Amino acid sequence: MQGQGDSAAAPARAITAREGKGALVSAARRREVRVSWLLSAPALLVLLCAASGPLLIVLVYSFLTAGDYGGIVWSFSGEGWFKVFLARDIFDDTVSIADAHLTIFWRSVRLSLLTTLICIALGFPTAWFIATRSRESRNIWLFLITIPFWTNLLIRTFAIMEVIRSEGIVNSVLLAAGVIRQPIQIMYTDFAILLGMAYVYLPLMVLPLYAAMERLDFRLIEAAYDLYASRRRVLRRIVVPLVRPGLIAGSILVFIPSLGAYVTPRVLGGGKNMMLGNLIELQFGQGRNWPLGAALSLTLLLIVMVALIFYVRIVQKEAASRE
Amino acid sequence: MKTGLMLTATAIAAFLAAGPAAAAGKLNIFNWGNYTSPELIEKFSKTYDVEVTVTDYDSNATALAKVKAGGHGFDIVVPSHSYIPIFVAEGLLMESRPDQMENFKHMDPQWVDVDWDPGRHYSVPWQWGSTGVAVNREDYKGDINTSKIFLDPPEELVGKVNVVPEMADVMALALMYVGGESCSTDKDKLKAARDALMAAKPKWLSMDYGTTDKLGSGEWRASVNWNGSTFRARLANPNVEYGYPQEGFPLWMDSAAILKDAVNVENAKLFLNFIMDPENAAMISAFARYANGIKGSEAFMPDDMKTAPEINMPAELAGAGKFNKTCSKEAQDYYTAIWTELTK
Repeated sequence: MQGQGDSAAAPARAITAREGKGALVSAARRREVRVSWLLSAPALLVLLCAASGPLLIVLVYSFLTAGDYGGIVWSFSGEGWFKVFLARDIFDDTVSIADAHLTIFWRSVRLSLLTTLICIALGFPTAWFIATRSRESRNIWLFLITIPFWTNLLIRTFAIMEVIRSEGIVNSVLLAAGVIRQPIQIMYTDFAILLGMAYVYLPLMVLPLYAAMERLDFRLIEAAYDLYASRRRVLRRIVVPLVRPGLIAGSILVFIPSLGAYVTPRVLGGGKNMMLGNLIELQFGQGRNWPLGAALSLTLLLIVMVALIFYVRIVQKEAASRE
Repeated sequence: MKTGLMLTATAIAAFLAAGPAAAAGKLNIFNWGNYTSPELIEKFSKTYDVEVTVTDYDSNATALAKVKAGGHGFDIVVPSHSYIPIFVAEGLLMESRPDQMENFKHMDPQWVDVDWDPGRHYSVPWQWGSTGVAVNREDYKGDINTSKIFLDPPEELVGKVNVVPEMADVMALALMYVGGESCSTDKDKLKAARDALMAAKPKWLSMDYGTTDKLGSGEWRASVNWNGSTFRARLANPNVEYGYPQEGFPLWMDSAAILKDAVNVENAKLFLNFIMDPENAAMISAFARYANGIKGSEAFMPDDMKTAPEINMPAELAGAGKFNKTCSKEAQDYYTAIWTELTK
């Protein structure tokens, strides 16, 4: 404790201290702390400039007036934030809740939650399968899971489009096999968006789940079976609680990028219904309202933060209950 | 140390030797995607020994936002007529005086004193055309010279229509459909346009770009589309036909202009002069299939363009074509509000 005390007063106290050895140790530790701060200074500086800097610009812009042709005018205005949540009816000037924005927020959250659920449903058995293989073959399976990351997101999205479009692989095969007479319309639906996002983000669910399952003590499962637990009960009472940290981490990793997804809804969803990312783009592009775009971006950030706080609290509660 | 010096010296020597072989200069063009004729660029590169780079954008708004942000490194940009006054007002264009260039004499007089660049002090016509509707005639045989194709689709086309997410064009079409004009701030007209769009949306398939390919492949049976894109789609699929909505349809002209912070100004000026040569202007049109603004270029165009119904507007419908205005902030906010409601 003494070593971390007030740095100006500490040396004086150190000299008068009875135990000279203790003072030496604390001085050494103080130097260590200083050196470690100095060593991490470049990284902290980059983080501060590259992460906080742009965010600060976004924050400032969200409180400025929109320029006539895009950009901003340097005078304060709350119009950007006002428009995020409230809408002045363009025809009779009444103010009401921004129904269009809320609809888009809700769609984004709903599709992201669904994507997370799909990823859990597909990722859990996959991770289990890998974790129960022999040590050597596990690496091969993990390697296979990471293969999609080698290709650009846009290219993967267009590849999915090739598979599900009216003249794509799925429809051609089904038509040729005589299962269907008319191509099924898969493109431009919420299903297409979900399919695309689940495919893209699935590895982000499998990897943390696998990490948790790999550390699983399989003797516990054996013990449960010995005590006549049913398979479902083993899953619910033993496996899920033990891999929960991985499950939560995976869910967060899938949920957050889904929320801000831009390419997938645009390409596979056909642009008829926007998600948050598309709404933000509209303001910076054709809508020429940068302050509103900035305010919407920060709103997205806030939603993500709420999700993260939720996550941290669950993890803390878990840690506390374990102690 | 010695080897290091030797290596450096070799590198410098190699660089010097390679110098004369490389292009004498550079030119960076920022243009719409799938819009710049590669033959034209090759010819320009060879004639003036200039290394040309073309970068794509998909909307005027994107181009404006990127140029405005600065640090782009582009020399030439090709905005639509309604955006030229914005680029000028924002101080982004150089007054390069194309009207004093050698090949200016070839410019069609009707495109010289235009509202968006009177006397052509900033820009040179690239291509011009219209925004109308494209329909696959296999599905629908009735009249297609109407915005009803997407605003009140006939039975055969319900659930099959695409609408390009080009806010300015779609809003203009909808406003003209209800008897208004583009960039209107007349609330009654705006409301009518909104209602028409909202009622029609459930009958649309998608709101996406990429019309040339998907109309050509037959995946889309109808779409709000540009005339030249429809022309290219028809070459791939003879059933595709272009309609000029009689209620009114937007005309547009994209013009090439030099950016104020261009680095390769001399090469950019050479390029503007170059594309006013009828033979070169014809190359632009032969690729993207739109008309250009240069007299005498018809002689160099492919035969199929001379009679193409997408390029030669029928006289009785030509009057319905109107150039989109540059929207005021107020009109723009109305547009965005309606658009957000439409795509929510």
